[in-house]
Amino acid sequence: MDPKPTPQEDPALLAAFEARIAAGESIEPKDWMPERYRRQLTRMMSQHAHSEVVGMLPEGNWITRAPSLRRKMSLIAKVQDEAGHGLYIYCGTETLGVDRFDLYRQLLDGTAKYSSIFNYPTLAWADMGVIGWLVDGAAIVNQTVLAKTSYGPYARAMVRICKEENFHKRQGYELCATLAAGTPAQRAMLQDSVNRFWWPALMMFGPSDTDSPNSAELLRWRVKRKTNDELRQRFVNLTVPQAQAIGVTLPDPDLRFDPETKNWVFGAIDWSEFYEVIKGNGPCNQERLAARNRAHDEGRWVREAATAHQAKQAARSTEAA
Amino acid sequence: MSAGAIGGDSHWPLWEVFTQGNQGEPFEHAGSLHATDAEHALQNARDVYARRGEAVNLWVVPSSAITASAPGDAGPFFDPGNDKAYRHPQFYKVPRGVKVF
Repeated sequence: MDPKPTPQEDPALLAAFEARIAAGESIEPKDWMPERYRRQLTRMMSQHAHSEVVGMLPEGNWITRAPSLRRKMSLIAKVQDEAGHGLYIYCGTETLGVDRFDLYRQLLDGTAKYSSIFNYPTLAWADMGVIGWLVDGAAIVNQTVLAKTSYGPYARAMVRICKEENFHKRQGYELCATLAAGTPAQRAMLQDSVNRFWWPALMMFGPSDTDSPNSAELLRWRVKRKTNDELRQRFVNLTVPQAQAIGVTLPDPDLRFDPETKNWVFGAIDWSEFYEVIKGNGPCNQERLAARNRAHDEGRWVREAATAHQAKQAARSTEAA
Repeated sequence: MSAGAIGGDSHWPLWEVFTQGNQGEPFEHAGSLHATDAEHALQNARDVYARRGEAVNLWVVPSSAITASAPGDAGPFFDPGNDKAYRHPQFYKVPRGVKVF
């Protein structure tokens, strides 16, 4: 993953840094930090930002076909929020000394990763509800913890994002509840959507910590505050009662409540699917990248016009002076 | 067109955005953005940082115009203020029997 070798850190600086982390202090852009910390954060934050940006596509797919003006307004606002979330996190990543366009170029040429969930297609209107409920619901569980991450700019971006995600989840769950109380065809559409998104939503938390190469270091430096498995369990515990409340079945025959641990125990996750999607073999990887490249190319004239306008304004003010 | 053949916009100057949540409140740093000039920065700041009435006023400041204290020198730099307990009201005794002060 890292092409450059990690430099040997000064042991005294490293010890002071780790003491600050252990004391619960937050690390700010100008503070000394180990190169590994900077790289891990750059990787994690840029992947997160890319996910927000690519996340606009599955929902953008349904804006023109929303069944009412109310739903259409919600969907447009939500997609606009995702663009904003991408910008918050890119701006946080830039405080680590990287250029946003260098990161974005990696997204466009397919070398950067983003959340595998966005490589699944949105086949039915119910998917707009299920994405808000399950996908944004999973994102909230993850991001609520990231709001306490040790890197200040990332934590602050997460606080801002979490406030807005609550709208995303609520509008999605309301949509699901409406379909659940609808006609048999609407109920069937909802159930089919939940069947398709449940397992990919659980995979959003990443591989089990025993198989996650970065977890130990990220936890030690408090970039992550909970393990992938802890967050996944928390999401399942929150979601099962919500599914029961609207009469939707989660597609897991092994799902059961364990009175000892008070956890909803779920069945085995098919990680081979996850790794295939990450490798680029998901149902929509190519389509998503093509759409991002097209949007970037078609936005060229806007960027050029803004640059030209600024040059003209500057020339005029020089003339006037 | 191949990926990356067309440039981005991160070569535009970086601006720091400050929002005032309500009349009379102090301005608070919200984040940053890239924009060609101040007017462009204000419009982008509104769309990125004030979509839900988070601000009644905005400041945009070129990031290059900000001078910040150095974290490494925080100790000695802020020392002159830290060792003067007599600047706080708790330093002074109020006679017994005075209930409301």
